[in-house]
This record gives sequence, structure tokens and C-alpha cells, in this order.
Amino acid sequence: MLKINDLHASVDGNKILKGVTLEVKAGEVHAIMGLNGAGKSTLANTIAGRDDYEVTAGSIEFQGKNLLDMEPHVRVGEGLFLGFQYPVEIPGVSNLNFMRTALNSVRKYRGLEDMSAAEFMKLIRAKAEKLGMAPDMLKRFVNVGFSGGEKKRNEMVQMAVLDPTLAILDETDSGLDIDALKTVAAGINAQRRADTAILLITHYQRLLDYVEPDVVHVMIDGKIVKSGGKELAVELEEKGYADVA
Amino acid sequence: MAATAETKQQVEDMSGEYKYGFSTDVEMDMAPIGLSEDVVRFISAKKEEPEWMLNWRLKAYRSWLKMAEPNWAKVNYPKIDYNEIYFYAAPKSQNKPKSLDEVDPELLRMYEKLGIPLREQEVLAGVEGAAKVAVDAVFDSVSVATTFREELKKAGVVFMSISEAVREYPELVQKYLGTVVPQRDNYFAALNCAVFSDGTFVYIPKGVRCPMELSTYFRINAENTGQFERTLIVAEEGSYVSYLEGCTAPMRDENQLHAAVVELVALDDAEIKYSTVQNWYPGDKDGKGGIYNFVTKRALCKGKNSKVSWTQVETGSAVTWKYPSCVLAGENSVGEFYSVAVTNNYQQADTGTKMIHLGKNSRSRIISKGISAGKSQNTYRGLVKILPGADGVRNYTQCDSLLVSSESGAHTVPYIEVKNPSAQVEHEATTSKISEDQLFYCRARGFGEEEAVAMIVNGFCRDVMQHLPMEFAVEAQKLLGISLEGSVG
Repeated sequence: MLKINDLHASVDGNKILKGVTLEVKAGEVHAIMGLNGAGKSTLANTIAGRDDYEVTAGSIEFQGKNLLDMEPHVRVGEGLFLGFQYPVEIPGVSNLNFMRTALNSVRKYRGLEDMSAAEFMKLIRAKAEKLGMAPDMLKRFVNVGFSGGEKKRNEMVQMAVLDPTLAILDETDSGLDIDALKTVAAGINAQRRADTAILLITHYQRLLDYVEPDVVHVMIDGKIVKSGGKELAVELEEKGYADVA
Repeated sequence: MAATAETKQQVEDMSGEYKYGFSTDVEMDMAPIGLSEDVVRFISAKKEEPEWMLNWRLKAYRSWLKMAEPNWAKVNYPKIDYNEIYFYAAPKSQNKPKSLDEVDPELLRMYEKLGIPLREQEVLAGVEGAAKVAVDAVFDSVSVATTFREELKKAGVVFMSISEAVREYPELVQKYLGTVVPQRDNYFAALNCAVFSDGTFVYIPKGVRCPMELSTYFRINAENTGQFERTLIVAEEGSYVSYLEGCTAPMRDENQLHAAVVELVALDDAEIKYSTVQNWYPGDKDGKGGIYNFVTKRALCKGKNSKVSWTQVETGSAVTWKYPSCVLAGENSVGEFYSVAVTNNYQQADTGTKMIHLGKNSRSRIISKGISAGKSQNTYRGLVKILPGADGVRNYTQCDSLLVSSESGAHTVPYIEVKNPSAQVEHEATTSKISEDQLFYCRARGFGEEEAVAMIVNGFCRDVMQHLPMEFAVEAQKLLGISLEGSVG
């Protein structure tokens, strides 16, 4: 589904990714672990197409198409989703309006009619309830005044509504208490199907207790230095990055 | 473009019979170029005005001659030569496009985005004969307008062109005209008094709640209001009216100078809600052409508990000079000003409000949202003045500026004069730049770049947009997005 080959990328002229190679197949959950500054978030943002992340070499292929040729919103239309490490506040825009516009933009890209307001309300209420989000949160402005946990939960609701083929979740677990972590994990597991794939980016092995990965990668200084099964995450937790790598 | 071609054919077929009439009219309805007493007399005669009206115009003209064009606003434009302007020129058919095919494709693209039906597009674009076609051929709009007039008549509401009102309600017009904005108020107001082409007169009798929103849209097909528009709205005791001015679609207009005057009078317990969407031609991407919009709008909250609310969405014109104001004379009177001003490319806007508190316990609220894109300059200029006798006054002002581009400018110039120690005046101002994080977040949810900007800007303007009547709000939202197209950076 996702094939990254020898990817190099810079931000503001600083080389951050120094040759990342990674393949994720349909039905798989991969976890990328690494310390702060290892380039995990840069990788996520580069896949999603953020403007100020410059790809200097290498390729990213998504479902057989060259992802690097696509505008960020086109990538979303193609089935990509990025769950943000720091979800952004948009004052004055209600969560409902935001999500409905997002869904209809994606539907438009896929040649589908807009979803009616009634149908959309039904869909979002169901998804919000499943993820333990209070209905009044939907009416509030996007992420404005949300706690850390509420923001992450909101990301999961957005993911559920957009139903992506590939979800990249950038530190979705950070700043969550144990209850919030469990609901977020349930959201991720609900998105786990034979036809979808998930790329988890995380510091800690904690989330992996609830979302069991098929493959774990260790990223250090802009490169994936080691890959293995879920036991690699446990090993990292015990011995630390320096010893494992 | 198949539908346009089809309409073009239809219009050509239908408008054939009007062509001759139009060109004859033009030759007859043109005043000599420039401004003189003779031109003022010509305009007055054309409108078959009574003596008092002519004298009023002449008095204004003589005052205007002694006045100087104001230069304190933060706008730059080449000096206007008033001897090079036609002050009275009914339909400018000579230069009218024959069909939509001759209309600037950019303009058509905007109409399409706003979802305006083809027939209306032609009226807006000034296609030859289209206005008559719209009235004659579009059956629905005729019946809507007719039902509308009957219902208003039943309620006793007067809603007509000001020229008609001068003839039919001379006492009312004489009683109020120029009482809120005096002839000598400012250079452009004086000019308007001398040469106003037409405009609207609204009178709401005592205790009447106007049964519908009054919209210029229902009048615009019938008369050409021209470049010097004059509006007078009088709300008698305990009455209410909501008035919508303008149109979200850009009107094709060859008049470069617009100097309108709007006067509102609210008596005891009366309320006037005045909403404007102004989207005149802003000039091209390089700042060539575009309308100069020098407007004087003022409301007199004359009676106790009276209330006037101005809501404006300004996206058009090359240069805007406009300060819809409230003179809060009545005890407990309320003035409100909600404004969104968007400037893009080389547009310049200097806009804001004046709240003059004379009455005890009068209150005012100002919410201004300025959005600057391209290389534009956007200024909020506001005055809150509290006179010595006005006890217990409250004012709240909030001015927010959003920069969309790094080459644009946002300026806030608040003046606060408090001469009564019991007043409570609050002023808040913020300036921010649309953030890369917000843009990327929207784009990572499937929004195109322009859609993302439109969403963020609409959120920024929410506090103002929610004061627009429903039918305006939806269109105005779309308009904000369209006005900012190609502006990211």
C-alpha cells in the first residue's frame, strides 16, 4: 500500500530524513518509535505533504501512485489521513461544519455527491458516541479550548468519519490519561481492517499494549535502523534506544 | 459554456426589440460633462422635481464649491477631476456588452461560483436589454415583486425610489432629508446632495413591524440608481425594519466615482437593522480600474430606547472610505456596528464607525474584522465620543485584523473621547496572520488551498456574519472565499 524508498527531506535547509525506506501492506499496523528529534514527525508530515518539508531525494508510492506529485488535499482524497501530534485550533469554525466540509471535499474528489446534513448528523453522532465524545463538543469551535485528551479524541472522530485507507497517527497517545488512551486505542482498532493500514508514531510502548503492531521500526537520526515484531517495542522500553540500535 | 451560449441566443432574440429604444434614451439622458449649476438644474428637471428640491440641491452645490476633498484617510488615488465626470448619465448603453460572451470571463466565473442564475447574471453584468428581459420574461420575479408591494401597502410601509417620494411624500422627505447628514457634513456628502441620481425612501409608520426584509434587489431592475445614491429611512415610534442593501455579485459598473449618502432616523422604541454587502469592481490584479466608494452613512437614534444596527460586508471597490455611524441622542438608545472588510490585490479600505453618545445610558457595540490579502491596505478608523451630559454610557469595541499575505497592511486607528466620568469604554484589538499550521491542518483534512483560506476567514468573521440576515449570510460566506482567491502567500 505504502512504499517509501530512500527518502531524504529537509526543513528550513536542515536535513532531517536521511534515507528512510519502509513498506506497509494492507491489513498491517506498523509502529515507528524513536526519541525526540529522530525525524518521526517529519516523516509523517512529509507523507501528508506539508509545504515547508522539502523532499530532496527518494520516493513515496501510495497504492501504486506517486504521492509526491499530489497536493496535500489530493492525498486525503486518495485515502490518506494524518492524525496530528498538536491538533490546530480554528476559532469560529464549528467542529460539525469542519468535519462535514472535510467529508464532502473528499467525497467530491471521489466523484460522490455531498452527504446530506441529516445523514451526516447520523454518521457523526454515531462515531462521536463510540469514541466517548460528548455531543456538545461537535458544536464547539475546532479544538478551541479542548484539553489535550479532547483534541486527540477529536482527531479519532475525524479519522472515523473520513475512513482512510492509510492512517498515520503522530503521537496520538501523548498527553493522554489511561482512560483516554483506551478509547483512542479502541478507535484505532476499529479502523484496523484487511483493506486498511495504520502507521503509528510514538515515543512509548504504552499505546502498543492496546494496539498490537505487526511491525515495529526504530528510527534514529533520520533513518530506520532496526525493524522487528512487537517484541522489539518491549525490548526498547527495557534497554533504551542506544542499546537496541 | 453551452448554457451561456443558449442564453445569449435567447437574450439576443428577446432584446432585439429594445435595442432601438435604449440608444435613443441615451442621447437624451446625458448631462453635459463636468459640474455646474446648469448640470444641477438639468438633473432636477430630469426628475421633475419641485422648486424646493432644486433649491436644496443648488445650496449644496454652492457649499461644495467652497469645500476641500478630505485627505486624512489612509488611501491613495489619483486626483479626481470633477470636470471630467458625467454627473447624470442614465443607462450607459453605448458600452454595454451585447451578451455574456462579451463580459469579462473572470466576472462570469465568480457568478458561477456564487450560483447566480444566468438571467440574473446578465442583469448584473449589464448586458444590453437584460434588465427588461429579467422583469418581462422571468415570470416569478414579477409576481414576487407584486405580492411584495401589496403586502407592504397593507402594512402602511412606504418603500419607493427617493425621486418618487419627493413627488408623493414631499412633507416627509423635506422633514428628514439632510437632518442626519447635513449638506455641509463633508465634501462627498455635499456633492451627493447636489447631484444625487436616485435612491431609496423607506417610511415605517408608528407601531408597525415591517412584514418582510426590504431589499434593494426588488427595486434595482426597475430603476438605475446610479453612482450618487441617496437613501433615507424613517422608523416611527415603536416600529421595526430590516433593510438589505447591495448584492453579493459584483455589479458591472462604468462609473468610477461613487458617493452615496444614507440617513436613518429611529424614533422612540424604533429599531432599524441595516445590512450591506458591497462587492463593486475592485480593479484588476495589478490595481488598474475599480470603483472609488466614498460613502456617508449615519443614523440618528433620536428617540428613547431606539436602536440602529449596521452590519456590513465589504469586499469590493478599489478605494473604500466609509464610516457608518450612530448619533445616540435618545435615552437608552443602542448603536451597533458589525463589519467585515476584505481587501485583496491593490485594494485600499479605510472604514469604521463613529458612535456619538448624547443620550443617558446609551450603549454601543463595535465589532470590526479586517482581512488583508495581496498588496492591499486595510484600515479600521473609529470614534467613540461621549458627551458631558451622557451619564451611564457603555461602549465595547473589538477590532481584529487578519493578514493573509505578508505584503498587505492592517491598521487600526481608534479615537476615544470621553467627557463624562461615568462612562465605561472597552477597546480590544488583535492582529494576527493566517497560520501555516491552520492551513495545513485544513488541507490534511481534504480542503483545497482556497477552501482552507475561506474556512479560516469565515471562522474569523463569525461574530459579524451571524448578524446578517439568513439569506445574505450564506452568500456572503461564499463571497469571502471568492474575494480571497489566489491570495495565499
